[in-house]
Amino acid sequence: MDDLIADFVAECREMLEALGGEIVAWESEPDDRARLDSIFRFVHTVKGNCGFFDFPRLESLSHAAEDALADVRAGRRHPDGQLVSAVLAIIDRIAEMVAAIEAGEEMPGGDDSALIHALAPGADGPAAPAVATAAEGHARPASAPRTIRLSVELLDRVMSTVSDMVLARNELARRLRESPTDVSVDGAFERLSAIIADMRDAITRTRMQRIENLFVGLPRMVRDLSAELGKQVLVDIEGGDVELDREMIEMIRDPLTHIIRNAVDHGIEKPADRLKAGKREIGILAVSARQSGNQILIDIHDDGRGIDGKKLVVKALDVGLLEKDDAAKLSHREQLALIFEAGLSTAKAVTSISGRGVGMDVVRSNVERIGGIVEVDSRVGEGTRMTLRVPLTLTIIPALTVSIDGQHFAIPRSAIEEIVRANGESVTLEHLGGAGVATIRGRRVPEVSLAKILGIETAIDPRDRTLIVLRPAGGDVYALSVDRIHDHEELVVKPAAPAVMATGLYAGTTLADDGSPILLFDPAGLAQVGGVKLEAQERSTRIAEGPAAVVSKATAVLLFRALDGSRRAVRLAVVDRIEEAPVSAVRQAAGQVRVQLGEAILPLAGATGAELGEGKVRLFRLNDGVHEIGYAFAEVIDFAAIDNDVIHADRPGEISGVSLIGGEPAELVDAHWLFANHVGAAARTSEQLVCRLPSDDPWMQNMLRPIVEAAGYRVVGDEHESNADLVIAAQGSEVPVDASNKTIWLRTEPEAAGKKDESIYRYDRAGLLMALKTANAGRGN
Amino acid sequence: MNELLLVVTIAGERVALPAAAVESVVELDTLIPVPRAAPHVAGLSALRSRVLTVIDCKRSLELGESDRSDGIREAAVVDFDGHHYALIVDLVEDVVEALSDATPVRAAMGAGWERVCGGMVDTETGPLLLVDVAALIAGTAEAKAA
Repeated sequence: MDDLIADFVAECREMLEALGGEIVAWESEPDDRARLDSIFRFVHTVKGNCGFFDFPRLESLSHAAEDALADVRAGRRHPDGQLVSAVLAIIDRIAEMVAAIEAGEEMPGGDDSALIHALAPGADGPAAPAVATAAEGHARPASAPRTIRLSVELLDRVMSTVSDMVLARNELARRLRESPTDVSVDGAFERLSAIIADMRDAITRTRMQRIENLFVGLPRMVRDLSAELGKQVLVDIEGGDVELDREMIEMIRDPLTHIIRNAVDHGIEKPADRLKAGKREIGILAVSARQSGNQILIDIHDDGRGIDGKKLVVKALDVGLLEKDDAAKLSHREQLALIFEAGLSTAKAVTSISGRGVGMDVVRSNVERIGGIVEVDSRVGEGTRMTLRVPLTLTIIPALTVSIDGQHFAIPRSAIEEIVRANGESVTLEHLGGAGVATIRGRRVPEVSLAKILGIETAIDPRDRTLIVLRPAGGDVYALSVDRIHDHEELVVKPAAPAVMATGLYAGTTLADDGSPILLFDPAGLAQVGGVKLEAQERSTRIAEGPAAVVSKATAVLLFRALDGSRRAVRLAVVDRIEEAPVSAVRQAAGQVRVQLGEAILPLAGATGAELGEGKVRLFRLNDGVHEIGYAFAEVIDFAAIDNDVIHADRPGEISGVSLIGGEPAELVDAHWLFANHVGAAARTSEQLVCRLPSDDPWMQNMLRPIVEAAGYRVVGDEHESNADLVIAAQGSEVPVDASNKTIWLRTEPEAAGKKDESIYRYDRAGLLMALKTANAGRGN
Repeated sequence: MNELLLVVTIAGERVALPAAAVESVVELDTLIPVPRAAPHVAGLSALRSRVLTVIDCKRSLELGESDRSDGIREAAVVDFDGHHYALIVDLVEDVVEALSDATPVRAAMGAGWERVCGGMVDTETGPLLLVDVAALIAGTAEAKAA
């Protein structure tokens, strides 16, 4: 009974709070129907509840008010000032009484009949002053928010019960599938499922906490630190209302603290140094959190001295973390990433705050342990930005289930880059001294066998396994071979017992739909146990493999059958739409086959040498942004992606190359050539300049070649004998230097290595075009 | 009030577990192995929605492996340090009342028993070795090192 009364009190108070503004507004505008309605609802609710509880005074008060308001609502009575005052007086009295009930006190004394009487038409106003004092006395309790405190254990128990419920539901679902059931049973089951899903969502939300809890201590910490170090730091915190699983908040507390300590200690300079550097005396440390998909991004940005990547490299060379050859190839980002290596600290002296050489590596491993990533970006003299990316919740992780010798395991989906079959066309598996190396579309990655890591025998031939290319948090790729992959699932993951975690292989445990436990792998741990030399491997290959990685990004194409029956593919991006035109609209005009589509006349490709037959012709409308051409075809086969190597045609033409798409070869339509021939034919010079591109460099051939060709060059391979007007080569590659021609060097990194470096960043399109043009002009003279 | 003890048989020996630590006694049917884990970790099992880490007590005591050929084992479920463990034992006998506090055992025991020994307690059926659940879960020294 007490619980019910508490609920009643809470409900009344909530409504009174909501009514607070309404009452005042109603007083000034008694005709406002919406306000009248909400006040009516309140007294009505109070009346209803009072009948259930034994509160006769409350009941009579609310009943009287309800009657009067019902008359107003029915239009039998006009709300005049006197009625409004009378109703307000009653509401105040109700508030008083509710407060008394809540406090467990005696009902405030006084006779209610005067108040009730005042409601009657034509009655005198109530004793307003008395009401006013009463309301004042009880203003405090009415403002308390309606919340309760729950123990975390209780929440966890509810969470676990909900998980049980999900499992039970899944079990039931399976049983229902197995036996024929009534439609009505299915319907009821569906409803139950939906309710359980809702409930799971809701309970997951109860575990969320505002990240403010984590941020609230930061200003004080920074203040103390900067005072100790004789610095001036202003903390700017943003996004405290982002919500995060409370467990996750605890997990990132240490890494965040460490990063901030580092920023204050090493990043932000002393006021005098800052002034010298032309900055404000006060350093700014900005900490912000935001949600991005199912990740939370926490940025820690300081405007201090920044991290000098080159110094890091020198240091890494000193302590032997890095080989000299590799060091030269590091990109700016990779140089900075060295800060996360164990045993590396740029601090000149060890301080009590940070810089003991055990810091950032611990930060990274802590963040990665919870499935997060930590990134660093910095410019010398300008500042450093550290970004923590952590999953929203520890407990529910999208995962892929795989099996080995019949046992199921889960792999967090966030670490999975791609999945390929070991016997796929674009994959070769080799063994070098017992170590596996998988070459996937030209990219070499270390291959480790899950069976080997786990010490399980499996009957499945290595060729028939599936390779999962994993990039554990931090960015080191390797391929894991498993027997079979199963399902994508959202798993409720729980930490495993220390004895299980001690293996270093697992990130936690979870329960499958059938209630059996599944171990969730830690991709970084797998690599470590599997003996993949992560850091070193990654550094040396990422540079060399850069171009291949770009190419390997699957290109979406439209697979179709041409009029001559050949299987062809055209890049989806250039296809504007598919049209149909009567054959009569296709005619030879002005030296070309053209098709009339409505008002437009487009050059038509794909129709040469083929009978159009009768009736209609279907065509793609290709668009290069300026011009349009038509491309006739017989039928569309499918959408597909080029994920295999492209064998390039020897000569430029309508077909740029051949690739396996969907297991069968398909000719790739060279849209660039089409446009060049059908639209830009007139613009062509009779004598083309020759450009030599390394023919074994897929990036050059796929990405660069169209640009070079568009600039008016004829592209030849490096086996070509004749003199080229222009040579384009990757920086660092060996190209016979010929005095008579010009050479454009391309580098893979946006930043130039030095002032003397005249190379062009390979995605600097404007720079490239400029260089192509200058080379062209030089020849013209 | 005297402590209650759960009398179980491990490796043929009657020993006592503090009953307060034991949540329930279950029969395990499914057992999912944990590759690469310490040998005394027999695997994982599920009890309702909780994952149990199954500890083979015999292995933990370095007295050989429990016979799991019949597929069903009796186990005592304990909650230790926030994780649930199922301790596989040969047999769960009874709950008895301790008649004394635990006293040190002065006789020499096997190395495994020595490690998990939490003292000796008197019961109506004679003195019993009181097993330290934490030590049993921790397993052998090598397991800890691994």
